[in-house]
Amino acid sequence: MAAPELKLSATDGKPLTLARYRGKVVLLAFGFSSCGEVCPITLATLAGARKKLGESAANVQVVYVTVDPERDDAARMKKYLASFDPSFVGGVGSRAEIDAAQKSYGISSTKQVYADGNYTIGHSSSIYMIDRAGGLKAVMPYGHTVDDFVHDLKILLRP
Amino acid sequence: MSGKPRAWIYAPLIAVLAVLGWAGFAPVSVPSRDELFEIPKGTYARRMAGDKVEILPSQIRLTLGLNDVLLLRNLDDVPQVFGPTILMPGQSFRLPFAKAASYDFACTAHASGQMTVLVEAEPVMPWAKIRWRVREWWENRTR
Repeated sequence: MAAPELKLSATDGKPLTLARYRGKVVLLAFGFSSCGEVCPITLATLAGARKKLGESAANVQVVYVTVDPERDDAARMKKYLASFDPSFVGGVGSRAEIDAAQKSYGISSTKQVYADGNYTIGHSSSIYMIDRAGGLKAVMPYGHTVDDFVHDLKILLRP
Repeated sequence: MSGKPRAWIYAPLIAVLAVLGWAGFAPVSVPSRDELFEIPKGTYARRMAGDKVEILPSQIRLTLGLNDVLLLRNLDDVPQVFGPTILMPGQSFRLPFAKAASYDFACTAHASGQMTVLVEAEPVMPWAKIRWRVREWWENRTR
């Protein structure tokens, strides 16, 4: 099954499509830079998996799409993701573009506003594993370890 | 007057014993091993609107040897994630179970994001069969 295509802007200034990463395994997830719970753990885990893969990590691309386009512009997402791994690419865009990307992967998100006007966002936290040919191969639920990712990535990276 | 109780006095007791005997010793069966759960259209829209109402039960009970295959069908027009699987609109997913245990899955169709599948051992002993029948009757009655 082909992974639904993305039509967003990447934090490297180029258009963000999955077609850009044909030949690489893509780990796709959704989140936001102000997330204090799920996203830092997910991103740290993905960074740990790439580190553990060694040279093979060059064939793994992490794509992290914001669910908070009102606050996450390209510069902010780039800085946030670089704190985990400078190779990570963020996906940003207008509210309509982000909504379309979320819907194509079934990613739900709900805003919870605090008394001071600040807010957080509850969102789906699974990681989509896309093979070198752009096929959607598996979904890794939140909470798995670095070794779990390394195990699956080694399978997806086989020639 | 005779001191012997009349036979009809024993009739209810005999009936209860007959029912218990049937419930405890007759083979248990279900129409299909598939336990179907459908994710209705509009589930994603309700989640995005912040609707916390659970559309599907948060716990599904299966029994080995009887209904031990979870069959999920996505009737929504948006993909849904169940454990390691993504169900595109219109797709179905069959997950057979072979071991009695409690299994937790991530599930986007639930407001909590979680679903538990409780798989129980096949009822073999009479008491287990009676308990299974009573629960089935009760759940069908309240469903």
